[in-house]
Amino acid sequence: MKEIALHILDVVENSLAAGATAIEIAVDDDAIGNRLRVSVQDDGRGMDAGKLAGMGDPFVTSRTTRVAGFGISFLKAAAEACNGRLEVHSAPGQGTVLTAEFQRDHIDRMPLGDLAGTLLSLVVASAEIHWRFEYRADGRTFTFDTDPVRKALGDVPLSEPAVLTFIRETLQEGIRDVQAVPA
Amino acid sequence: MGAIKSLEDLQRLRAEALEKRQAKSTAGRVRVTVFMGTCGIAAGARDAMRTILEVIEAEKLEGILVRQTGCIGQCAWEPLVEVAIADGPPVRYGRVTPERAQRIMHEHVAGGAPVAEYAIPTQGQGSDR
Repeated sequence: MKEIALHILDVVENSLAAGATAIEIAVDDDAIGNRLRVSVQDDGRGMDAGKLAGMGDPFVTSRTTRVAGFGISFLKAAAEACNGRLEVHSAPGQGTVLTAEFQRDHIDRMPLGDLAGTLLSLVVASAEIHWRFEYRADGRTFTFDTDPVRKALGDVPLSEPAVLTFIRETLQEGIRDVQAVPA
Repeated sequence: MGAIKSLEDLQRLRAEALEKRQAKSTAGRVRVTVFMGTCGIAAGARDAMRTILEVIEAEKLEGILVRQTGCIGQCAWEPLVEVAIADGPPVRYGRVTPERAQRIMHEHVAGGAPVAEYAIPTQGQGSDR
């Protein structure tokens, strides 16, 4: 994975597999504190202490088809290589919160990458999920919530061309505004 | 209708879509599925997805349902994309670069003709290409 945005796309897959109906993604780019934090919170089925203990070990996986799962171990390794860490809080029936933290200016810290592309992909292709996204940097915040969009559209798919344009532009512009360096 | 700038515009679009649906049956509905396991994402599944969505926007293709799913064990063929028209059997495509995704969208999704040279067996690993 070459971007933090790709890691986000990847670990969210676990929330979807856990039967989540609501997923919140938060990215906090804290230049003053020199930390970059990413969190994914879901209302999926959660994990017991045993499963949590094996989390981040590539040879522990919840699936039954193969014995290895690399998604979270990749993100954990990436965070730890940048003087950061990965934390997962979960309990059966309580959902899961995953937080990855990086030293922002660490030489090995990969770029945030195409956040809008990741979110558009998730929102459109898993449209049954109530998505919430919050992106903070230097006191600016962009939030996106699919609930009002869903309510306005009823059962019209998000992949209709005009809707797609609206969501893509909303995400791209919102993210660009947060990233803009004030003159 | 014109460009959508607000939630009210979305509501209007919904009303228009409801009218259209009464005139047109949903039998021709197309499903496009992108496999987004760790293997797929590492191999470029998001680029395939981006191209798919770009073509829908650019060509104004309506009635296409885009879905994502996880790993199905054909990791060597990633990125994988599957296209199904109405109740027909899905065609699974392998090594879907943005260029291939564009051809699949134009020829299969919009044109109804599967792109045989990118199709892979849906069971077993197939041979390396």
